[in-house]
Amino acid sequence: MFESPGISYATLWPVLLVLGVACAGVVVEAFAPRAARFNTQVSLALAGLVAALAGTVAVGAGSSLGMSTGEGALVIDGPGMFSQGLVLLVSLGGVALFAERRLDNGVSAFAGQAAALPGTSAERTASQRGLEHTEVYPLMMFAVGGMMLFCISGDLLMLFVALEVLSLPLYLLTGLARRRRLLSQEAALKYFLLGAFSSGIFLYGLALVYGFAGSMSLAEIGEVAAEDGSSPLLLLGIGLMAVGLLFKTGAVPFHSWTPDVYQGAPTPVTAWMSAATKIAAFAAMLRLFYVAFGAEGEIWRPAIGVVAVLTMLLGASFAIVQTDVKRMLGYSAVAHTGFLLTGLLGVQTDAFGSTQAVLFYLTAYGFATLGAFAIVSLVRGPNGEVGSLDRWAGLGRAHPWVAATFAVFLLSMAGLPLTAGFIGKWGVFAAALGAGQWPVVAVAIGSSIIAIFFYVRVIMLMFFTDAREDVATVSRPSYATSVVIALSAVATVLLGVIPGPVLSLLVDAGGFIG
Amino acid sequence: MLTTLVLIPFVGALVTAVMPARPKLWAFGFAIATLIAGVVTMFTAPDTDLVWMEPLGVHWALEMDGFGKLMVLLTVVLVPLVMVAAVKDHDKRWYAWALALEAFALLTFLAADLFVFYIAFEATLIPAYFMIGQHGGPQRAKAALKFLMFQLGGGLVLLGALIGFFVVSSEAGAPSYLISDLAQLDIGTTAERWIFVAMFIAFAVKAPLFPVHTWLADTTEQATTPTSVLLVCVLDKIGTFGMIRLCLGLVPEASAWATPVVVVLALISIVYGAVLAIGQDDLLRLIGLTSLSHFGLITLGIFAATREGLVGAILYMVNHGVATAAMFLIAGFLIARKGTASISSMRGLEKATPVLAGTFLVAGLATAGLPGLSQFVSEIMVLISAFDYHWLVGVIAVTAIVLAAIYVLWAYQRIFTGPAQLSRGPVRDLDRREVGVLVPLLVALLFFGFVPGPLISAAQPVVAPLVDVIQAGE
Repeated sequence: MFESPGISYATLWPVLLVLGVACAGVVVEAFAPRAARFNTQVSLALAGLVAALAGTVAVGAGSSLGMSTGEGALVIDGPGMFSQGLVLLVSLGGVALFAERRLDNGVSAFAGQAAALPGTSAERTASQRGLEHTEVYPLMMFAVGGMMLFCISGDLLMLFVALEVLSLPLYLLTGLARRRRLLSQEAALKYFLLGAFSSGIFLYGLALVYGFAGSMSLAEIGEVAAEDGSSPLLLLGIGLMAVGLLFKTGAVPFHSWTPDVYQGAPTPVTAWMSAATKIAAFAAMLRLFYVAFGAEGEIWRPAIGVVAVLTMLLGASFAIVQTDVKRMLGYSAVAHTGFLLTGLLGVQTDAFGSTQAVLFYLTAYGFATLGAFAIVSLVRGPNGEVGSLDRWAGLGRAHPWVAATFAVFLLSMAGLPLTAGFIGKWGVFAAALGAGQWPVVAVAIGSSIIAIFFYVRVIMLMFFTDAREDVATVSRPSYATSVVIALSAVATVLLGVIPGPVLSLLVDAGGFIG
Repeated sequence: MLTTLVLIPFVGALVTAVMPARPKLWAFGFAIATLIAGVVTMFTAPDTDLVWMEPLGVHWALEMDGFGKLMVLLTVVLVPLVMVAAVKDHDKRWYAWALALEAFALLTFLAADLFVFYIAFEATLIPAYFMIGQHGGPQRAKAALKFLMFQLGGGLVLLGALIGFFVVSSEAGAPSYLISDLAQLDIGTTAERWIFVAMFIAFAVKAPLFPVHTWLADTTEQATTPTSVLLVCVLDKIGTFGMIRLCLGLVPEASAWATPVVVVLALISIVYGAVLAIGQDDLLRLIGLTSLSHFGLITLGIFAATREGLVGAILYMVNHGVATAAMFLIAGFLIARKGTASISSMRGLEKATPVLAGTFLVAGLATAGLPGLSQFVSEIMVLISAFDYHWLVGVIAVTAIVLAAIYVLWAYQRIFTGPAQLSRGPVRDLDRREVGVLVPLLVALLFFGFVPGPLISAAQPVVAPLVDVIQAGE
């Protein structure tokens, strides 16, 4: 006899609201007149995100914290709510960047009509008519909904569904750049193909784990694994599921899409995606590894340790040789994945442990990367954005504020004190060292030194080098983008100087529950 | 109250950066205010201890002991003097960074919490980096990068030690970063040695000590002399300060364990720095390399771990700061006149610029440790402790004095004596502003040469417990 599971709508409504807003966006796209679509979509998305954020905060502060719903498929716990809130915050910034129309003569950064092939007359017509891709907002909302689910998935199937819901819109958004469309489409294709493979591998691993435990629920898998010990079925399953998640986070050796996609995607998409995807993926990864596979720590820790070491070293060293700022930030994102994986090697404790360290690092990194890419979208030449680093030379003279803000984000990514990145780095290193992973921490310190080199080189280029003749200019953005940049910078500095409240919040939020 | 001392220059930096009119005057005003605040806090300043980041056990804890007082005094006196010296060819960005540097340097000297110390330790690099990179010679960007990479590398290694302390102190109960709490920890020999190595590498880069000194000569050559004064006379002192306060204070047994290696490195620095200095043609590189030699002596004094050695090292830090500041500033004035730092292109300046020549000689002889000038006392104390440690170490260290006499006198001879050069125009002597900058420094050199008592009595109480702990450890 089939019984429908009880669902606690009181705790899940923020997620449902975001997904509902996405559906409403599709309806708007179908029925609203073209002229009204942009404003409708933007306000709908913003209102939905704000309401969802308020809801998440309320749920997180409420009494329903620590329960699971939908037969254990969704878990309402502290870390889950925190990462959900973080995804929503970053996405609010993302919407603001998506809505930027001032930089490019009144049109957004997205292609006028995705179906028009690059270089054809159809494309010309689309751009002459000033067409806009307002579908990006519902697409983004679907992805946000998927990310929120990903953060709180308590069973394997939910995890897979959420992964797909968040991934598919990202593939599409990547291919929608208004300029350099071929590059963008190539990136989207690459992302899609590799992403589809990794989802397949993830699904296979999921099936094996189910075969081992006879249950989809992460908590039950954890119990079975603790009783029965390791079996080849489980180990293979862990390995294959890890591949799927490591792909999403951009860890070596599944990182190769990162620089291409970061470079090819429209910059607002890159800004939002690089922050939000990483938050969601790491939240899910923490939960999966601690709740379901926690008992197998001795097995997966060395493997993840090796991946972390390779990721940090490769990301940092490849970033040095990049000449394009978006690619450089792409490789830097790879390096940051390595640092986050270092934090994953620690253990969950009641006080300051792995969960807290990784989530704080994600907060710091999220704001820094959102702000950094937002600034990248401002630096332009006659043919759109200027990614080439040598044309950034001397930017500090002409536009001291923009360059200084960019420097703040870079210094935070480099992990200098008085920025959020420092506390983040300190946290993940401390978590790993607390679990006795000192070789990995030693490598992490080494790669931090390498990483500092390329961050500082950009600062040097902006401030100490004389401008060339074709130096890039900084376009004046609309208020939305300025606010995103300013708030990200303030958050980056504040979290570095007074991280106490956020740290306490994380400690109070406790660990994952089954 | 101690917080105010840090805040004044910090606020000053912000004000200077945004002030449209007369920013340099504002900066100077804030530097003077810091000087006054520094002197006042020396007499009436309660310790500060507030909770800062609770989950990490970090406190905003400041205190000023005798050692801290000396270093604070050195800092607050040098900054306004340097600002006067820099007035002609530095813009407001430099002044803002200089105040920021002062704020963070003061914070390191006052920190009673290791985390606070570390944050300030690293934060000093940002202003220093911009000060080197924005003003100076043609290769300044490269020098700034080299400086930063070395320093941040050392800093990240120190971060390893910091995290090690966190792990140990969490295991012992609630985490705390207060230096007084950390000193009580039972760390275990292996961990203690690792922590020592990490801390020592960081401080050796900062100090600088052979073989991680290579950034020093490049930096002093490319940076302007006011920048160099702040770097060598204030910032580098954080390295030796850290060795005393953190290496000896927190991991004394590991310090005793490592002493033989450190002594050898210090001896190499002493001789190697001096020999390189003798061969230098670039006056700024020369002064930079003499500092390598002197920091070797300071380190030797610290690790020889006798009461005289430690007191001597602390005194040496102050005196070296004053003497080298004078040397750098005089060299800067000279270079401003000649347009080059190359010693071989100067000759016979004595007649045209007697005041310049005289101050150069006094400062130079102070550097070389002439009796009656301040560095003498500290040098003797360090050398006595070196002989105590081992006679051979003492013998090698003494060569420093001979070599110092060579590089100072030979440089003087090449620059100032001999027939006057047929130059395009007369070289002016020091003007009133420049004399005004140098007089306080030279007075300090003479005064502490004859009356070292106040310095010694300030350093004594800090040293006594350290020496007891170390000798108990042995």
